Amino acid sequence: MSTPARPAPAALDELDRRIINALQGGFPISDEPYREVAESLGTTEAELLARLERLLADKVLTRFGPMFQIERLGGRFVLAAQAVPEDRFAEVTELVNALPEVAHNYRREHRLNMWFVLATETPDGIADATRRIEAATGLPVFAFPKLREFFVDMRLKA
Amino acid sequence: MTSPLPPDDLDRRLVIATQAGLPLVPRPYDLLAEQLGVSPDEVKRRLAAMLDAGRIRRIGAVPNHYAIGYTANGMSVWDVDDARIAELGETIGRLDFVTHCYERPRALPDWPYNLFAMVHGHDRATVLAHIDEIAALLGPACRSHDVLFSSAILKKAGLRIGES
Repeated sequence: MSTPARPAPAALDELDRRIINALQGGFPISDEPYREVAESLGTTEAELLARLERLLADKVLTRFGPMFQIERLGGRFVLAAQAVPEDRFAEVTELVNALPEVAHNYRREHRLNMWFVLATETPDGIADATRRIEAATGLPVFAFPKLREFFVDMRLKA
Repeated sequence: MTSPLPPDDLDRRLVIATQAGLPLVPRPYDLLAEQLGVSPDEVKRRLAAMLDAGRIRRIGAVPNHYAIGYTANGMSVWDVDDARIAELGETIGRLDFVTHCYERPRALPDWPYNLFAMVHGHDRATVLAHIDEIAALLGPACRSHDVLFSSAILKKAGLRIGES
């Protein structure tokens, strides 16, 4: 299947883990924020920056920076799913992934076996993307917009 | 709750300048200020205001769950009594192994579930044990549930503003 393999767990040392855990919290808005964080971790600014570069290059971190709440910026995120016949899975994956509005896409073990997130700059973009996916694939899209978001602590300990 | 940003708005330009990430230089906000033609204080003030307003959830790192050892992830889905979902959703969202928790519409008859909780673990057995904990907390308010394990990442990009 022409899909990216899932990465193996990375080899991380103790300082890598402390950096990952510390940086999942709030990062300072100050003149020299990396130096502040480095001092609190007992390391140097240069070491912290070098490690962050490596963790990003190795894809241990998928990103580092502000995490935007898209709905508060006028955009929309909607979870959607399709029941894709096994013999069409690779083809449908390509058709769905080709849309720039598809931000994430996961294969899951269920009759509804393809789950993706549509992300658009305006609320109208979602219905349009849904229609285009249905037209391209000939398969219905089940949309699951969020009705209510419950508070979670998104941090996972490394 | 929504307030689209005009194209020339400084907040919007800050989103575009930082959506790929914060610069990895000793004075990242100074560099952004230089790129945007405003003062470093203005950049810091805007970012702080966007944090306060909830337009930025937080500034920080997003780990790849697989890379830090959470190789099993199950999307648990629950058919919960509508009269109790507000209260029970709060309870489930507070569990430390749940990273997303939402009420979503059912799609009857194909899909009876209205509560979605993403559960992470170092292996499937751990995830299933967490699912049992959730089932016990929901009790008779939950009529049925399922867990959908992911077996492949097909795409992982993210929203890009201002590139269409």
